Amino acid sequence: MSLQQDGSKLRTLIRGATLITSAGEQGVQDLVLAGGLIEGHEPQGPVDVEVDGTGMLLTPAFIDPHVHLREPGFEVKEDLASGLAAAAAGGFGTVVSMANTNPVIDEPGLVRWLIDKAASLPGARLRPAAALTMGLKGSQLTDAAALKEAGAVMLTDDGIPVSDGEVMRRACEWAAELGLVVQTHSEDPTLRRDGVMNEGEVSERLGLPGNPRAAEASMVYRDCAVAHLTGARVHIAHVTCREALDVVAFFKAKGAPVTCEVTPQHLALTDEALASFDPIFKVAPPLRTMDDVLALREGVAIGVVDCIGTDHAPHTRDEKHQDMLSAPFGIANIEVAFPVLYESLVLAGIVELPALLALLQDGPASVMGWPIPSLEVGAPADVVLLDVTSARTVDPMTFRSKAKFSPWDGESLHGWPAKTWVGGSLVHDLVPSAG
Amino acid sequence: MSEPLRHLLDFQQVDRDQIDAILETTEVMAQVLERPVKRVPALQGFTVATLFYEDSTRTRLSFERAARAQSADVMAFSKGGTSVSKGESLRDTVATLDALQVDAYVVRHPAAGAPIQIAQWTKARVINAGDGRRAHPTQALLDAYSYRQATGRAFEDTRLVIVGDVAHSRVARSNAELWHKLGAQVVLCGPPTLLPPSLAALPGVKLEPNLQDALKGAHVVMALRIQQERLTSARLPSLAAYAAQYQLSEDRLALADDDVVVMHPGPMNRDVEIDGALADGPRSLVTRQVAAGVPVRMAVLYHLLVGKGSR
Repeated sequence: MSLQQDGSKLRTLIRGATLITSAGEQGVQDLVLAGGLIEGHEPQGPVDVEVDGTGMLLTPAFIDPHVHLREPGFEVKEDLASGLAAAAAGGFGTVVSMANTNPVIDEPGLVRWLIDKAASLPGARLRPAAALTMGLKGSQLTDAAALKEAGAVMLTDDGIPVSDGEVMRRACEWAAELGLVVQTHSEDPTLRRDGVMNEGEVSERLGLPGNPRAAEASMVYRDCAVAHLTGARVHIAHVTCREALDVVAFFKAKGAPVTCEVTPQHLALTDEALASFDPIFKVAPPLRTMDDVLALREGVAIGVVDCIGTDHAPHTRDEKHQDMLSAPFGIANIEVAFPVLYESLVLAGIVELPALLALLQDGPASVMGWPIPSLEVGAPADVVLLDVTSARTVDPMTFRSKAKFSPWDGESLHGWPAKTWVGGSLVHDLVPSAG
Repeated sequence: MSEPLRHLLDFQQVDRDQIDAILETTEVMAQVLERPVKRVPALQGFTVATLFYEDSTRTRLSFERAARAQSADVMAFSKGGTSVSKGESLRDTVATLDALQVDAYVVRHPAAGAPIQIAQWTKARVINAGDGRRAHPTQALLDAYSYRQATGRAFEDTRLVIVGDVAHSRVARSNAELWHKLGAQVVLCGPPTLLPPSLAALPGVKLEPNLQDALKGAHVVMALRIQQERLTSARLPSLAAYAAQYQLSEDRLALADDDVVVMHPGPMNRDVEIDGALADGPRSLVTRQVAAGVPVRMAVLYHLLVGKGSR
C-alpha cells in the first residue's frame, strides 16, 4: 500500500483489529476513517481503502512532547521530512519540536515558517516549541505572547539549562499569564561541569568525567519551586534519577503545577552501556544506574511520571565516531521508542499496556493542555495499528530518520507500529509497499 | 600457556603469565641498551605510528626510541600537525592511517577509551600511551619493573601506597590494576576532593584519605603530580595546604617499612607532592623509572608484534 498525501478525501476501513485505549480494550471492532476524522464503526459511504487489522491492536496515535528535528540549520542530522516520517514510523501522530536549531526558534516568523513547511510534509503533525530566551542564551526573554500567537505550544531552552534563577522565574510569570507550558532541561551546569556520563562506580572505573545526580536533582528542585511560586505549568524534561523523581513527587504533593517525562533510554539502559566507549550511548542527562532505572519504572507504575518524551536527538554517524569527550550528546530513538517501552515496561511486568498507552496519549496531551486522544466518533483520524505479538529485529538501515544507528541495533523487540494514520492519511506502513 | 596479546589497552584482558613475560623481556631489552650498538633487528619491516592527541614529548620519544632500537620504521602523527586533519572523525583518521600499512599504533588521547575505539576499527596492534584519566599501562609496567629490579621483593608481600590526585590519574588506575594482578596490596590516598569514594569499587583497592594511616607498613609509595588547574576548580585551597597534609617526606616515611622506596611518574613538582631531598635520596627510584621507559616499551612492542603466536 502506498503512503497517502491527502487521505482526508479517502474513506478507510480498518477491519478486525482490537481497539484499545488507556481505558482498556474495547474488543474487536472495525473502525472507519473519513474526512480526516474517525467516522465510526460502520462506513457511512463508499470505502476507498480496506485494511486488515486482524490480530493487531488499534489505538490513538502517540504524542511526543520532546523531539529534536534539527531543521533549520542542522539538516545533515535530521530535517522536518525525515523527522516527521520517523515519528510516524514510531506510531506518533503529533510531536513537539525543540527550539535549539540554527537559527534558534525565538521569533514568531520562524515558528510560522516551521508550521507552514511541516504542513506539506507527510508524517506526524508538528507543534513547535519556541525558545524561552533569545538565542538560548539564558538572559533576554523571548516574546512569549507573539510566539504563542504564531503557533508555538511550549517555551523551552531545552538542551541548555536556564542557569539564571530570576530569568526562569520571570519567564514563568509570563508563561503563566499566557497559559503556555514551560519545559526545562534541569541540570545545574556548575555541578555537571564536563561530565559525559553518570558519576559513580562505572565512571570511575572507565576514567570518564562524571555528571552527578545532584546536578539534576538540585535544578529540578529549583524549577519545581519556581512553578510553585509563579503558578506556571512547568514540565520537567527527561527525569533520569531517583532523587529528581522524588523532588517532582514532593512538589506534586504540595500541589505545584509540575509535570515530568522520562525517555525510553532511561527506562531501558544503564551507565554500564558506556563501558563499550561507544558515544552512541552519550546522552544528557546521562544514562544512570540500575537503581535509577528501577526508580523511574516505579515512578511510571505509581503515576509520578506523567508521560514519555523520547528526546529523539539525531546526530550524524561521523559525529558519533568521535571520542567520548568530543562526540555530541543525544540518542535517536523515535522509531524504536514503542518497542523499547513495550519490552521494558509491559513485558517486564511493570505496567499493563493501557497504562503505557496513557503515557503516550493522555499523559502528553494533559501536559500540553490538549484534548485527550480517543477513538470516539469525530476524533481526529490519528491512529496507529500495533503488532505486539511478533518480534522484529532492529535494523537501523530501515530507519526513516537520518540517524541510521541505534543503541538497540540487532535486538529482537516486540511492539512494532505496523501502520500509522494522521488526519486519515496513511503515513507509515511497516510492510514494504507493493506499489 | 596464555593467549598472545593483541593490544595493550589496560590490564583487564592481560594475565599474570603475559605480565611476567613482558617483565622478563624488559630485562633482555635493558641489556641490549647497554651494548655499544643499541639496536636489534627484531622489528625490521614493521611500521609503528605514534598517534598523539595530547602533548607528551617524553612518552612519545620513549616509544619512538623503543621502536627504532628494534629497527622498526616510525611515523609520528600529532593533533595540530598537518597529519591529523581537523574536523575529521577519529574513525576516518584511523582509516586513513591504516591505508599506510601501520602495524602498531601508540595512542595518547585526552578521552578515556579512545584507544579501545581505535582497536575496534583497525587490524593493527594498539598500545595505549595514556587515555584521559583511565589507563597508562606502560607507565605501570615500568614502575613494577623498576620496583622489582631495585628491591627484589615479591609483589605478593608488597604494600603499595599511591598518594595524590588519584581522581585524575591514569597512572594511579593502571598501577592499581597491575599491582593487584601481581598480588600486591594497593592503597590509594589523597585529599577527599581528589579521592572519589566510588574508586573503592576498583578490584583489590583500598581507599585511605589519611596519609599517616596509609603509610603504615608501606613498602613502596608513589607520589602523583599535583596540577595547578586543581586550584582553579576548587579541588584544593592551595599547593601549600596540600603539601602540609600530603607531601611525602623522610619524616612521614618513618611509619612505613624500614626499606620503603618512593616513586614518581614525573614530571615532579619538587617540594609540593614530594620533598626534594627525598626525591634525590637513596629511597628514590625516580632515576630507575626514567631508565626503564625505553626497555619496557621495547618489550611491549616486541610482544605485540612478534611475540609467540602474535601472527
